[in-house]
Amino acid sequence: MSQSKFTTIGRKVLMALSGFFLMFFLLQHLTINMLSVVDPDSFNSVSHFMGYNPVIQFLMQPILIFAVVFHFVMGMYLEYKNNKARSVKYAYNKPGTNSNWMSRNMIYSGLVVLAFLGLHFYDFWIPEMDFKYISGHEEEPTRYLVELNHKFQNPIKVGLYVLAFIALALHLLHGFQSSFQSVGFNNNKYTPTIKKLGNIFAIVVPALFAFVAIYHFLNPLHQ
Amino acid sequence: MDLTLKIWRQKDAKSTGKMVTYPISGIEGHMSFLEMMDILNDELIEKGEEPVAFDHDCREGICGMCSMFINGEAHGPDRKVTTCQLHMRMFEDGETIHIEPFRANAFPVLKDLMIDRSSFDRIQQSGGYISVNTSGNTQDANALPIPKKDADLAMDAATCIGCGACVATCKNSSAMLFVSAKVSQYALLPQGQVEAKDRVLNMVNQMDVEGFGSCTNTGACEVECPKGISIENIARMNRELMKATV
Ligand code: HEM
Ligand code: SF4
Ligand code: FES
Repeated sequence: MSQSKFTTIGRKVLMALSGFFLMFFLLQHLTINMLSVVDPDSFNSVSHFMGYNPVIQFLMQPILIFAVVFHFVMGMYLEYKNNKARSVKYAYNKPGTNSNWMSRNMIYSGLVVLAFLGLHFYDFWIPEMDFKYISGHEEEPTRYLVELNHKFQNPIKVGLYVLAFIALALHLLHGFQSSFQSVGFNNNKYTPTIKKLGNIFAIVVPALFAFVAIYHFLNPLHQ
Repeated sequence: MDLTLKIWRQKDAKSTGKMVTYPISGIEGHMSFLEMMDILNDELIEKGEEPVAFDHDCREGICGMCSMFINGEAHGPDRKVTTCQLHMRMFEDGETIHIEPFRANAFPVLKDLMIDRSSFDRIQQSGGYISVNTSGNTQDANALPIPKKDADLAMDAATCIGCGACVATCKNSSAMLFVSAKVSQYALLPQGQVEAKDRVLNMVNQMDVEGFGSCTNTGACEVECPKGISIENIARMNRELMKATV
């Protein structure tokens, strides 16, 4: 059998590192989204900064895209290899007696998040790229809140976003604590706290994302 | 107790097998699962049929030979026991019991419920040892002070009997719990330090070559392990591997 440069453990360490990076990114993204509710003026100025700062646009954004692509490609590769390690499946299996659903279905919660990312890029990223680089519009530092609000007037879209945040919550209910284990961090003193923190993170972060989407749906801006 | 057994029958390593149903009666709660299998086999032999082949040796939970995936769990529904230590009182009168071999491509089925676990031996041979001077000048073990905590953790890891329930249980057929127990029992002790780096690299490489899957940290292995080996050992092996790589 062929040996690649990375062991199965090495791949999982990279999976965890990309997971840490993505979770950190979620916090940053959420902070800005929350501004659209609590302080619309700052939301506009921070969005403008993120959209036009060269470090963000030409360094951080490519790193983020790389991390996302790396994470899901590696996730699918691991899933494929893991599946191949048992070609004859059990006729009768009770996996629920020894592990939880979230941990066994990372690929499915991940694929729902991936489908969402497609929709999200279509909604926000592609129009942004078009506005700035293709159509070449002038900068408009106050357009962001109105654009955001208008995109959430469609109830189907809000529903899809909420569904995706539920999948994200399921992904992180296992993923948060799992990434610590993958990088070798497991001890009696801190692991129980990490598991609790992970549950809080996995529920509160997606819930707040969903809250922002629903908030804009319920508070349409007219102009 | 009267029971219905659904057992995986497979003629040899090359054949494809299938589940076959056998009714059995007169089973007592105090019998072990293997005794129940013996009774079934006596009946099959009397009827002139081929008995069910299954692995067993010590019948007291120390050799790790007995396997069997019973009602959807490695070693059946009880916790911290092997199949030879599983009592029939864990089942109810009239129950249907599904019995399959431990399944993983790295554990090919030889016949019925018997599997080939020599992939574990090859992992062990690739690094699960220490070099000790046995020429007569052997150093007194007590000359090396070892903290009680480390000695206990190393001992806990060393209780792994290599049964393969962790692999059988894991949705990825991962051998991480077994390999991490073997790595940890040496990594925790001063005697293990000399070969520490090569040990973890070689054992993990061999594990991958044998075709075991990777770890998704579901934790199923530690629940089904008859010796209660903890996945803390997996975290320790990951640390050892990172130390050896960077
Ligand atoms: C913002 C989005 C995402 C975040 C924050 C995230 C986070 C995480 C984290 C923290 C882990 C645990 C890593 C570990 O066990 O060491 C993980 C595992 C995983 N992720 Fe994601 N993920 C995201 C998106 C995705 C997507 C789009 C996929 C697409 C398939 C995906 C597939 C997986 C899979 C399959 C695993 C488990 C790999 C394994 O343990 O075998 N994830 N993710
Ligand atoms: S770790 Fe536990 S389940 Fe795995 S081989 Fe060792 S004793 Fe068996
Ligand atoms: S026969 Fe030895 S452990 Fe079961």
